[in-house]
Amino acid sequence: RMPEGKKLNKKMLSRLISRVPRAAQTARSGLRAYTTHEQLPDEHQMIYEMCRKFADEELAPNAGEWDKKHEYPAAAVSQLGQLGLMGISVEDKWGGAGLDYLAYAIAMEEVSRGCASTGVIMSVQNSLYGGPVDKFGTDAQKEEFLIPYTTGDKIGCFGLSEPGNGSDAGAASTTAVSDGDNFILNGTKAWITNAHDASTAIVFATTDKDLKHKGISAFIVPTDSPGFSLGAKEDKLGICASSTGNLIMEDVSVPASNMLGEPGMGFKIAMMTLDAGRIGIAGQALGIASASIDCAANYALERKAFGAPISKLQMIQDKLAKMALARDSARLLTWRAAMLKDSGKSYTKEAAMAKLAASEAATMCAHQAIQVLGGMGYVSDMPAERHYRDARITEIYEGTSEVQHLVIAGNLLKEYQ
Amino acid sequence: MRVLVGVKRVVDYAVKVRVAADKKAVDLSNVKMSMNPFCEIAVEEAVRLKESKAATEVVAVSIGPKQAQETIRTALAMGADRGIHVQTDLRTDQELDSKAVASILSKICADESPDCVILGKQSIDGDFGCTGSMLASLMSVPQCTFAANIDFEKKTVERETDAGTEVVAFPSLPAVFTADLRLNEPRYATLPNIMKAKKKKIATLSASDLGVDLSSGNEVLEVFEPPDREAGVFVETVDELVGKLKDEAGVI
Repeated sequence: RMPEGKKLNKKMLSRLISRVPRAAQTARSGLRAYTTHEQLPDEHQMIYEMCRKFADEELAPNAGEWDKKHEYPAAAVSQLGQLGLMGISVEDKWGGAGLDYLAYAIAMEEVSRGCASTGVIMSVQNSLYGGPVDKFGTDAQKEEFLIPYTTGDKIGCFGLSEPGNGSDAGAASTTAVSDGDNFILNGTKAWITNAHDASTAIVFATTDKDLKHKGISAFIVPTDSPGFSLGAKEDKLGICASSTGNLIMEDVSVPASNMLGEPGMGFKIAMMTLDAGRIGIAGQALGIASASIDCAANYALERKAFGAPISKLQMIQDKLAKMALARDSARLLTWRAAMLKDSGKSYTKEAAMAKLAASEAATMCAHQAIQVLGGMGYVSDMPAERHYRDARITEIYEGTSEVQHLVIAGNLLKEYQ
Repeated sequence: MRVLVGVKRVVDYAVKVRVAADKKAVDLSNVKMSMNPFCEIAVEEAVRLKESKAATEVVAVSIGPKQAQETIRTALAMGADRGIHVQTDLRTDQELDSKAVASILSKICADESPDCVILGKQSIDGDFGCTGSMLASLMSVPQCTFAANIDFEKKTVERETDAGTEVVAFPSLPAVFTADLRLNEPRYATLPNIMKAKKKKIATLSASDLGVDLSSGNEVLEVFEPPDREAGVFVETVDELVGKLKDEAGVI
């Protein structure tokens, strides 16, 4: 704020400039920012091309069937592991590919473009499970709970949401009581992706409800622990090939050495993990948006009405333009968030913006793709209806759009204070 | 055994090519380029030989502009050990003909002394399918073209022909093999291998330094699109069909 009556001088100007959002400082620190696939460095280009090819050849031809049968794509998931896509940003020594989040975001978009269910399985494994174990795990924990997961041999899941609280993550009611050597966990987690295929779950439980969110700790819980069971597989609108269900813990005992990070650090771990997860989900949403655009554009060029392909009609062109604009904008936001994370900078606001923009782009593009296809968009002969159903969840999980708005506003306002 | 593999940078197979305005060439501006699909199969075969310990080193060679190095990197990411980039600004889809390519490769082979050369049977831009045979001739070594299966122990190759496959024997190595579609299914480059490819070396040479005649034996007169496919005709009877095949199409 400028003191009244004073004219703008050099000192005040520099103080104002220091309030410029950190993203603009990227250029000065010498960081190159990539905005198109052609600008990407060699490895990222190769990863983009490999994932695209893999998605075209192995995922897209089967996605419809997996969706219809609600069939877990085991063979595809195994291939993801072999390709190194299940531990993209984990260090080589823990079995990962040692790449960055930009590579991950690009890979997520291409894989999801082929099959959104396979995409979410990959995202949960990389960001929600692998992320916290990699960042907060001890070497012993990484040995047991990271290495077999980066290869895709085993699947992990993230247990934060409960029947009583989704957005209200701080109100966790799953409890963890210490008996000296072990923690006894009781409670239920809801809406857990990969629930029915996971060997290990990261479970957030409170050791002291009075401390509210500061009493929450993170635990590594093998799913074959006595007392651990799964609720029925949810019958979802979309991403039907991935399993979603409740994790039920009745006096599940885990050794104290299975606590991830420090006591009371759970909420912070969850929030930091979700920041990264949002880039993954933004990638998934971009894939769904891109698949929708591909479907609509190809159809419009073939389908004739009024004597010409419908791609000649302005109302169709208007839709395609809006779809491309939404998708490209969201992609730039996603790459920005990834590049900020990769350079070690704060990226919470940017990741929220990316996820919000990409998920809204996915639902809009899928919606309009059906519209472009007309009646053909409403039947399962074309993938548009599957994209429509797959897109919807991206505005809900890993932070509803409403929560993303709060995160963005909160971080924005901090810059003015 | 050292295996040398040729990898050509061509227009991606999925691209719908357009003829350039001057009708002298295909329009390559802003077009997606990739490794020739048959070259991918050649690389895959070479890498499998390395994995089965039959080969000790796989060298990937590409001729073309600076971007040909991307094609070599893809070969490295699939498992080749090192690359050789022969730099030229001549268009590899039409200015540099099979004879010139074979001559360049023959010079490279004189330096590298590979025990085995695997090329794609043809490139999807030129589609000449001559390079492998010409190279074998220049090197005075056996050629086994259109290979669907290569058995290095028995020294036999199953070759694709229009009538089916035939098995031929090659007396010795070195020899030149050209890969056909059914030889193998190329792998996807894994992320760890993409990262490893960064550290592998690519040597660069200039085509004009090799003392090889790069002039083309062909002159491109015109490049044009094939005529639009015409609609078919419905016939009522078999006799009518036979009549048309005989009198109009002239095929019986």
